Amino acid sequence: MTSDLTRLLAREMAALVRAGETSSRALTEAHLAVAERQNLALNAWLMIDREGALSQADAADAILGEARRAGGAALEALHPLLGIPVGLKDLISVEGGQCTAGSRILAGYRAPYDAHIVERLRRVGAVLLGKTNMDEFAMGSSNEYSAYGPVSNPWDLDTVPGGSSGGSAAAVAAHHVPLALGTDTGGSIRQPAALCGIVGMKPTYGRVSRYGIVAFASSLDQIGPFARDARAAAALLHAIAGRDARDSTSAPVPVPDELLHLPESDDEAVAWLRGRRFGLPREYFVAGMDPDVERRIHESVAFLVDAGAHVEDVSLPHTDYGLAAYYIVAPAEASANLARYDGVRYGHSRRLEGGDFIADYLATRGEGFGAEVKRRIMLGTYALSAGYYDAFYLKAQKVRTLIKRDFDEIFASGIDALVAPTSPSVAFRFGEKTADPVAMYLADACTLPVNMAGLPGVSIPCGLSEGLPVGLQLIGSAWSELLLFRAARAFEGLTAGAAWRGLEPAALTKADHASGLTPAERAAALAAAR
Amino acid sequence: MTNPPATADALDRYEAVIGIEVHCQLRTASKMFCGCSTAYDGAAPNTHACPVCLGLPGALPVINRRAVELVLATGAAIGARTPDATRWDRKNYFYPDLPKGYQISQYDLPLAAGGSLTIDTSDGPFSIRITRAHLEEDTAKLVHAPGTGGERLSLVDFNRSGVPLMEIVTEPDVRTAEQARRYAEELQLLLRTIGVSDADMERGQLRVEANVSLRPRGTEAFGTRVEVKNMNSFRSVERAITFEIERQAGILEAGGELVQETRGWSDDRGETYRMRVKETSDDYRYFPEPDLPPLRVDPAWLDGIRAALPELPAARRARYREQLGLTPYDAGVLVADADATRLFEATLAAGADGGLDPKTVANWVTGEYLRIRNAAPSSTAPGADPIELAALIRLVVDGAISRANGKEVFEAHLATGERVEAIVGARGLRQISDADALAGIVDAVILANPAAAADVRAGKTQAIGFLVGAVMKQTRGQANAAVVQVALRARLGPGPTAPRAGEDG
Repeated sequence: MTSDLTRLLAREMAALVRAGETSSRALTEAHLAVAERQNLALNAWLMIDREGALSQADAADAILGEARRAGGAALEALHPLLGIPVGLKDLISVEGGQCTAGSRILAGYRAPYDAHIVERLRRVGAVLLGKTNMDEFAMGSSNEYSAYGPVSNPWDLDTVPGGSSGGSAAAVAAHHVPLALGTDTGGSIRQPAALCGIVGMKPTYGRVSRYGIVAFASSLDQIGPFARDARAAAALLHAIAGRDARDSTSAPVPVPDELLHLPESDDEAVAWLRGRRFGLPREYFVAGMDPDVERRIHESVAFLVDAGAHVEDVSLPHTDYGLAAYYIVAPAEASANLARYDGVRYGHSRRLEGGDFIADYLATRGEGFGAEVKRRIMLGTYALSAGYYDAFYLKAQKVRTLIKRDFDEIFASGIDALVAPTSPSVAFRFGEKTADPVAMYLADACTLPVNMAGLPGVSIPCGLSEGLPVGLQLIGSAWSELLLFRAARAFEGLTAGAAWRGLEPAALTKADHASGLTPAERAAALAAAR
Repeated sequence: MTNPPATADALDRYEAVIGIEVHCQLRTASKMFCGCSTAYDGAAPNTHACPVCLGLPGALPVINRRAVELVLATGAAIGARTPDATRWDRKNYFYPDLPKGYQISQYDLPLAAGGSLTIDTSDGPFSIRITRAHLEEDTAKLVHAPGTGGERLSLVDFNRSGVPLMEIVTEPDVRTAEQARRYAEELQLLLRTIGVSDADMERGQLRVEANVSLRPRGTEAFGTRVEVKNMNSFRSVERAITFEIERQAGILEAGGELVQETRGWSDDRGETYRMRVKETSDDYRYFPEPDLPPLRVDPAWLDGIRAALPELPAARRARYREQLGLTPYDAGVLVADADATRLFEATLAAGADGGLDPKTVANWVTGEYLRIRNAAPSSTAPGADPIELAALIRLVVDGAISRANGKEVFEAHLATGERVEAIVGARGLRQISDADALAGIVDAVILANPAAAADVRAGKTQAIGFLVGAVMKQTRGQANAAVVQVALRARLGPGPTAPRAGEDG
């Protein structure tokens, strides 16, 4: 056993606190120390709640102590997340706490209520360590659109962690927390998970209540887990999933308890693959894709085949229209969802001398929103305007139906899951894509069709390309999260002995030095050098 | 700004085309999309608000099923079509009283479409087509007040934010201000009857807006439309539209052109005034509300709502006329007033075994009850016991007390709640209808008034009234005047008239 508690997997931590070999307080202290030490270099956290986290840890320790005294059954009944630190993307409402959504317009806002998933985490006794950085209103694929500065990728501090949940992904990869939550509207969990070399899942639309989550695009947003292994991610999903009457789009579909009992042994996990059918959608190997990333995906497929799975080429013919349709539907919904930020009730507010309320709105929103958010509000407003609605929004929704049908047909044909790249490239450098919005949008080409279809998808690490992580995406039919996690767990088993498995993010030592540069300074230096 | 008054000639040449939009707050315990109570009347500002109706980040709407039922009930009551499935749409616009920056409303799939409402007017019945009724949420309320330094301040009270609102829109079928008023009155009655809304105009629970345009009689094309708002009573609906028709006719007659605009009604000045000119049509960028799944209207659900509807005002009026023989006027007055309807029905039921004549009961309710109630301050509005009213009417009909004394008894009952029998007894009002009992007094009166008696004998029948009055005086009003009259005629004669038991003159 390593002496550094932060290097353990979530279930190892849970086992230690149950056994009384360590405490939730010690675990929390250890994580707080790393997070606080490295936040200058990584900027993964917008807020670290030392006091709150420690008090929750103490409460968990009290429960643990009581259960240990009561013995066997009481210990067994404890949730595996009890006393385990979790990071929350800063668009998740926590009562009394900040919730900036990475935007200046929500500076100073304090949420007066807990999101549904926060209630659930409190119920199982998780420790809420703090709020993680993100692209403003979850719009972005690099975390460079945060009003509070970019985040560095723990594998290379000059590169982005992906986005929009970049802070959560970086924090988990850097061992600041074993677990974190993010949201995924077009790839915002899976893509940063891929770029940071961890596991990240976007569940089926309706699996997790959105109540208390700052909305980007209501029909696409889902909350999901980040972890360093499949079992921890599955346990976190288990804790937050399920019907909530306050979100009318959350589905009354049972959450399988097997999510807590994925196979322990690699052999058992791998054996599950025998006879499984996987589809390899040819449209996901997009033009301009990094050839080395493509190689890693094909190597992964070969592993699956070696383990007895069938992998066949399949086609999702409407994939190519996904990006265009997504960039109508998501901005359209966002243009309405973000209309509430008007400075009247909360957040940034500008009152002009003698101006009418429209002038105040323009000033408030003009100052409060960043360029990318404004771009999407304008796109969405335009797409919904009289005379354009049919040609844009309605057409995009029809395309969405076709995309969904593509998936339905594949899964109806007996395919268990699709195997695809998560991102066409590994982590890119700061500033590489900010000048060209479309280049940035293409970072999500392989993930956003899954949101358009409302399906679950998970990204798991499958190797490195020039020292940076590559993500393998598994896509399933609706409500097939358990199957995806079984497949992910099997892939972990298959690659348990791979050299890259044992590697820590390369830049962590550098991130430890308080004298280093902030991500914003690195980004500026790179821009200057260009 | 004044316009040339329209001449009667101009008003003859033009026909008004009027469409009416009514917003009514639905009678639900909680708001449209959250659990906040709708009982905010008199509450301190912003005490009935939560993350949902404040539009806080992350808040999501949940449909109030009761509100949907109330709109479905309205649709059933106006004979509208109900879609198999409906959905909600976002209506996007910026205003400080709209916390989300959009209103959740219904755009192309309203819960009710294509109904109608028939009203009675001075020109007879008139049917108005109703285009649609849909469900939406109310806005917050803006309060404009000077700040401590005298600066202009706008304050927002979110108590009203998210209250369920039904919008009912008519086709441009209305032609006169009277029809418009009658439509609003009839709609209020309907909504109250089916329990959909308290529909109090003064409390903003029923808001009426009218789109008014004029066109030369005999032409089809619509003229320039003006939207009239801020009409806070039925009377102001009629006055505002009358004013607007005359204003527009005056401008057209003078060769002027109308401007498409929104005008407010000032009750004090008795005129409409410009609120804003519509240069472009509003673009609300409607799109389906992604936070709410489409709602399927289960046929069994709809059938249940339909079956639970009470008798509607029009049907009730028809029944009163056709089955109970009431005049259209009495039927209208009774049905228009919920208290009167209840008292009428209950009194009729209470007197059912004695076979009370509905017309008589109607007269007591519309004449006596409504007169007394309307004169009373609203805080002390009296309640009549239908069993007592039935007993009272029975006493009068049977001639046990006079009609005049009956009114006195009813007033006393309404004031004190005492039983009719007790009041009659205590005041000694029981009528003397026994001719034998009266004979002595009649004879004495004839003897004491020889001149009048002679006049009657001579055929001056008017003089008999004087003698009746004298008998009434002697009996302190207890004598049955009809019986007295018969007795007098028998004595002073030409020929006897059959005594009639019944109400006196």
